Amino acid sequence: MKAWDAIVIGGGHNGLVNACYLQRAGLDVLVLEKNDWVGGAATSRELTPGFLYSNCSYVCSLFRPEIMRDLELPRFGLQVISYEGGAVFTRDGDYLANYRDHDAHRREFARFSKRDAEAYDRYSRDVTRQCRFIQPLLMRTAPDPTSFRPRDLGELLHLGKKFAGLSAEEMALTLRFWTMSISDFLDEYFETDVIKANFALSGIIGTALGPMSPGTAYVLLHHYMGEVDGSVGAWGYARGGMGAVTKALAASFKVSGGTIRTGAEVDHVLIRNGKAKGVVLAGGEEIYGKLIISNADVKRTFLKLVEEKELPDIFLRRVRNFKIRGSSGKVNIALDSLPEFPALPKDSPVYRADMHFTDSIERMERAYDDWKAGRWSADPFLDMMIPTTLDPTMAPPGKHFMSCFVQYAPPKIDGRDWTDVDRDGFAESVISQIVQYSPGFRDRIVHMEVRTPREIEAEVGLTEGNIFQGELTFDQLLFNRPVPGYAQYRSPVGGLYMCGSSTHPGGGVMGAPGRNAAAEILRDLAKPSLHMSPAHDVI
Amino acid sequence: MNHHPTIKPSLDARTAAQSHFRMLRLGTPFQPRIDALGLKQDWYNWAGYRAPHSLWDEELEYFAIRSQAALFDISPMTKYRIEGPDAEAYLDRVTLRDVTKLKPGRVHYTAWCDDEGFVLDDGTLFRLSPARLRLCSQERHLPWLLDSAFRYDVTVEEETEAVAGLALQGPTSFAILRDAGFAGVERLKIFDLAEFAHDGATVTISRTGFTGDLGYELFVPADKALSLWDRLMAAGELRGIRAIGYTALNRARLEAGLIVANADFTTSEHAIRADRLRMPDEIGLGFMIDPNKGHFNGRRAILEARARKKLRHVLVGLEIEGNIPAKHAIVYYKKSQEVGLVSAAMWSPMAKRNIALASLHRPYGDTIVDDLWVEIYAMRELQYQKLMKKAKVVPRPFIKLDRRTANPPADF
Repeated sequence: MKAWDAIVIGGGHNGLVNACYLQRAGLDVLVLEKNDWVGGAATSRELTPGFLYSNCSYVCSLFRPEIMRDLELPRFGLQVISYEGGAVFTRDGDYLANYRDHDAHRREFARFSKRDAEAYDRYSRDVTRQCRFIQPLLMRTAPDPTSFRPRDLGELLHLGKKFAGLSAEEMALTLRFWTMSISDFLDEYFETDVIKANFALSGIIGTALGPMSPGTAYVLLHHYMGEVDGSVGAWGYARGGMGAVTKALAASFKVSGGTIRTGAEVDHVLIRNGKAKGVVLAGGEEIYGKLIISNADVKRTFLKLVEEKELPDIFLRRVRNFKIRGSSGKVNIALDSLPEFPALPKDSPVYRADMHFTDSIERMERAYDDWKAGRWSADPFLDMMIPTTLDPTMAPPGKHFMSCFVQYAPPKIDGRDWTDVDRDGFAESVISQIVQYSPGFRDRIVHMEVRTPREIEAEVGLTEGNIFQGELTFDQLLFNRPVPGYAQYRSPVGGLYMCGSSTHPGGGVMGAPGRNAAAEILRDLAKPSLHMSPAHDVI
Repeated sequence: MNHHPTIKPSLDARTAAQSHFRMLRLGTPFQPRIDALGLKQDWYNWAGYRAPHSLWDEELEYFAIRSQAALFDISPMTKYRIEGPDAEAYLDRVTLRDVTKLKPGRVHYTAWCDDEGFVLDDGTLFRLSPARLRLCSQERHLPWLLDSAFRYDVTVEEETEAVAGLALQGPTSFAILRDAGFAGVERLKIFDLAEFAHDGATVTISRTGFTGDLGYELFVPADKALSLWDRLMAAGELRGIRAIGYTALNRARLEAGLIVANADFTTSEHAIRADRLRMPDEIGLGFMIDPNKGHFNGRRAILEARARKKLRHVLVGLEIEGNIPAKHAIVYYKKSQEVGLVSAAMWSPMAKRNIALASLHRPYGDTIVDDLWVEIYAMRELQYQKLMKKAKVVPRPFIKLDRRTANPPADF
């Protein structure tokens, strides 16, 4: 029976990136995807005629341009379109917008506080400094500080050098930044509630933490270190929805000779004598491979796909304790016309960007309190946008697709599983919040897809529906992601690798884990990675 | 956090201001007059305002400064009103120079630093009365100024939009002001200021400027801007007054050896790379530091850097052989070792020399001043002509005009 050179479990963006690089390096690669379509959490699906949803992830910034170029993704249709900065609506009938123009941005902030308007430059400088430190680490395997291999020592030296480039004060700031709460961080710059809320949202997205929880400042950084064509911190829409990213990856993979099987759910990894030999599908079919690479998160991989007896105790305990908590949901809405927001002038660019209704950090924290109590937030935090204002491919002319990322949604309701009634209640909390700012909104709804952690886990396979395959807190980053000693994409099982967002540098549609894992695999095979560009310079 | 929380604007005030997104580049209070004269429609963005690079001919605009009188709109400059019984003590603490020596009716050029001694900005401080001052600068500093006001009985207010400003510079500038009826303006010595009646309001006129020439700066409430412009233009008609854009002014300031924040050095709140930060001694502002005055921001770090010889850069004036401007050229020692960068350069019509400002790594430009070279890449018809030219460190200003300081000022 045929043994593939490599089998990738899961056709998400990282699985596909990994598969593309391995295939291009000369391996014969098979991707197994349980759904009837590829994409994982980067999909576009037509659930009602004429409307394409970005079902899970909905915006693009983190996806590494080096990967787009290496894998020729533009040739396979990938286009990323930058958008304007967005707004937070205030409860008193106003809004705070973010404009791309520096001076318009300042004038907008000055409507609320002249002081805060002039504080933005220093804030922006400090965040940019931190981004510059982290950016070069994204496309490198994290060093293992417990190893004394020359390569690890070299990488540690690199990290140390990055640190050495900072002044003593900056080094202290970096350590503070990586561990403090976004609320405390913003208090050092701004005085106005809505301005702080405007920035704080990047610190909590996808995270089962509140804006006052330590560690959330780093999450903000994670959302700033992306780029659209060199414009660092900018976000864009993938034309055709986020599925365009994985569609291009799948096409690139196939053109280079790779094989994808959809509707092929892996039940478990075949292990003989401590070495992975293949996989067994849910129907019992056995497929053999020399290398097995899991795009699934670390819990799903080692608690469901691998038998406990194959794993060391401490590793297992650490995997069990890895924090991968469901905290968010998604409501995708097809609209028969563009919603109106009386607070917002009709010609405002904000319609083409992200909109929010949570105008204070206090309200975000209260929303988080509901999560801790095992309820969805009564007053949820929404990251809402209408990509069809810039992308004509997702809905018929005049009609719109609206994407609402919703926080917080616990993995379980009062300790029990979500029910359909819960799901509808969750959706209603979202719609009723939108209606407060957009009367008549309900009448525009043509169709709606509601996704709680239950639906996200069932469909995409993300444990608890956690969008990052594990919290982005300092204890779970760099050489500690996902667990100490296994931060270099390898596992305790020979021939079994990880390539999902549970690994360094973490979540978001970035592709870096898939690429870095491919680099490690090729290193183990002593094969040159000719088709892999080094990371772009940060100058 | 801050000890002087600013007053929160009302919902009505906020709503009224929403529409700014429809006009990304504002006009200044003088815009109707400048638009009428802007034959070239050659605008640039000055802090969110539509400002002219050049109105009709940048060469001729430059010569208006040096031969007649030039009118330049400085309204976009950031302005802060600082008022209160502790205004003097507060500013003495925040800025480098000794404010206790700045008498009412006087102006001085100063700078201010963060706690590590790195320059936040340079600017001019106008002492309008014992307890009322105006600080003008390139960048914005309200959080810094408010936070520094802790425990001082002082109010700090940003008044950039409320106050319009004009620079009237050139040999006939005094005669124009006199002819315009500003009686007593002849008594203003360099760096003096006084208030004059204008159109039912007050105009503050100071004998200051950014050209190294005889010249004045005028500040009025924004709603009196146009009548002031018209008054000067009418009085100046027979004395060659012309409105000018920034390109001409920038030439004049370089001849005067003056630096521009975020052009000749990077201000501390904008420096992303740690090695771009500059102490006053590193950008030629060491003369402002008075170790004998009371404590001021950055004092400890600045004095320590001096004592331990930790100053790494120096800003110098260069005279470069030939006549090709060396803008943004790399400076070499012995034609091979890179030691710095030119930030501004031009052929000086007044000095008939090829001049430049450059930042060098010490000891070059400091104790080692010989054998310095600049590599000029001159694009000529789609080809770089690469020139290696000898550079000599020379004192600034590059030109010294007696009329700038003559008392009483002459008619031309």
